[in-house]
Amino acid sequence: MKSQFTKRNLIWTIVVVVIFSLLQIAITTGLFSGTWQVTLMTVGINIILALGLNLIIGFTGQFSLGHAGFMSIGAYSTAIMLAKMPNLGGLFAGMALGAVITAIVALIVAIPTLRLKGDYLAIATLGFSEVIRIAIQNMDITGGAAGLSNIPKLTTFPMVFIFIVISVLVVHNFIRSSHGRACISVREDEIASESMGVNTTKYKTLAFVIGAILASFAGSLYASYFYVLKPTTFGFMKSIDILVIVVFGGMGSLSGSILAAIVLGLINLFLQSYAEIRMILYALAIIIIMVYRPQGLFGNKEITDFLPKKWRKAKEVK
Amino acid sequence: MITFFQQIINGLSVGSIFALVALGYTMVYGIIKLINFAHGDIYMLGAYVGFFCATSLGLSFFPTLLIAMIVCMFTGVLIEKIAYKPLRHASRITSLITAIGVSLFLEYVMMYFMGPTVRTYPADFFPKQMFEFAGLQISNHQIMIFMTSIILMIALQLIVKKTKIGKAMRAVSTDPDAAELMGINVNNTISFTFAIGSALAGAAGVMIGMYYNSIDPLMGMIPGLKAFIAAVFGGIGIIPGAMIGGEAIGILETLASGYGFSMIKDAIVYLILIIVLIIKPSGLLGKNVKEKV
Repeated sequence: MKSQFTKRNLIWTIVVVVIFSLLQIAITTGLFSGTWQVTLMTVGINIILALGLNLIIGFTGQFSLGHAGFMSIGAYSTAIMLAKMPNLGGLFAGMALGAVITAIVALIVAIPTLRLKGDYLAIATLGFSEVIRIAIQNMDITGGAAGLSNIPKLTTFPMVFIFIVISVLVVHNFIRSSHGRACISVREDEIASESMGVNTTKYKTLAFVIGAILASFAGSLYASYFYVLKPTTFGFMKSIDILVIVVFGGMGSLSGSILAAIVLGLINLFLQSYAEIRMILYALAIIIIMVYRPQGLFGNKEITDFLPKKWRKAKEVK
Repeated sequence: MITFFQQIINGLSVGSIFALVALGYTMVYGIIKLINFAHGDIYMLGAYVGFFCATSLGLSFFPTLLIAMIVCMFTGVLIEKIAYKPLRHASRITSLITAIGVSLFLEYVMMYFMGPTVRTYPADFFPKQMFEFAGLQISNHQIMIFMTSIILMIALQLIVKKTKIGKAMRAVSTDPDAAELMGINVNNTISFTFAIGSALAGAAGVMIGMYYNSIDPLMGMIPGLKAFIAAVFGGIGIIPGAMIGGEAIGILETLASGYGFSMIKDAIVYLILIIVLIIKPSGLLGKNVKEKV
């Protein structure tokens, strides 16, 4: 196995540590006030959601509108677990439980729906997400329509940051592997891909389940930070929110999703005082982006593609 | 047993409304292969226009219906020209997301101007009378909804089967390029399709406002989705399919409510969609089209 301690990895590690330190200092010194901190955490959670959804929509070409459903499974599992074990152990146990349940549900959803194409897949995943929401709304253990509250607030910024790094690593390495190539081939032309011997069902399901598990982690972090859960939070609108982030950043671009989550988070923050206009502008923004720049901010390029050529030498295969 | 038939009667009224909205979905999908997410919000717009006519202008049922249909017709054509026409050759995901954007836009503009609170239709808009018939209760509202829907659907069938523009609609659904080569003005045909679909949705909106009395800006989302499920159920792109699908979904939903499952009646409709998509994706009346490479 090649050594992991290449120059590139070292540079990336330093960049990540620097970004983390700057943000963490800003939080601890109080430079980031309450609202800014909430925005930062929201953006962080949205990044994890967007990365997962980008894997499903951007890289594998499966138009899923059901991401919020998986987020809610993670959130509720964590909340219920924390009610029994209100400590960090409970949080991680909840995350693990959420991930397992989400994976099972994602498999159940994937098997019938992934044979559909385009519009039908979107509606079917939307339908499943709504079924999950209605199921949660009608169970006693999840508090029914009233939801759950007083969840211990254990999520910290370092935790969210670590999960962002994990998500980026997982999705990035998955895409650059042979499995990722298979997924991209499914996106490009499913029939040709199938003719070449790629097991399209397996890879569509795999991408779907990985994306769902990431959403579940994001949901767990959400539950333990915002400490109140209502079934209506995880409806169609949430799926649309994440979808807009992915589309805005560029379907197929990880750096695009991250940047878009940050930009949209900031826009939401600044427009907070104009609540009604905000949603109208949001809707207009979606329409304008799709008409004039449907590939989003980065298209399917990454931020490293904009660096000067000599810095990219390590990427080429010798 | 009486309850069963009573539920069927109730279901037919709701079903007729679903059918009217489903027709718009199916026609637009048939002609440009786009799921018009904003269609549910045209239905909401119709309800609000009806509300405005009934309260501020004090008009009675038929003028309100007419005005709502006309306003929705213009809105539908406007939306098509601004948001959907530039993306006619774009990918499906792009058009779908744009449709979602238009839907959100309509909802929040309405919320901005009319507030998010529920509005009610005036009680004397269409005075309710109950009729007894073989132990079953039917209100004149239900009869009016059913009759109006039937008349509109018959009118639609006549337009599609007997007029030249109807023939153009069928031609563009089958093959837009060939239709254009034959001298059909594809843009006008598509606009006309949107116009009719939106008019039907507007009529449905007014009638639901009259039937359930309350309207709010987000009322179009769930019925819109259910109407789309109805269209898929009957066979997307097929007009009689939308009618059958609408009535079927309406009756199934009412039966579910009637027999105590009202908390999960929405989930039942979604599950029906999933079952249909797995077993017969082309719908009840649809034919399986082989995908050519």
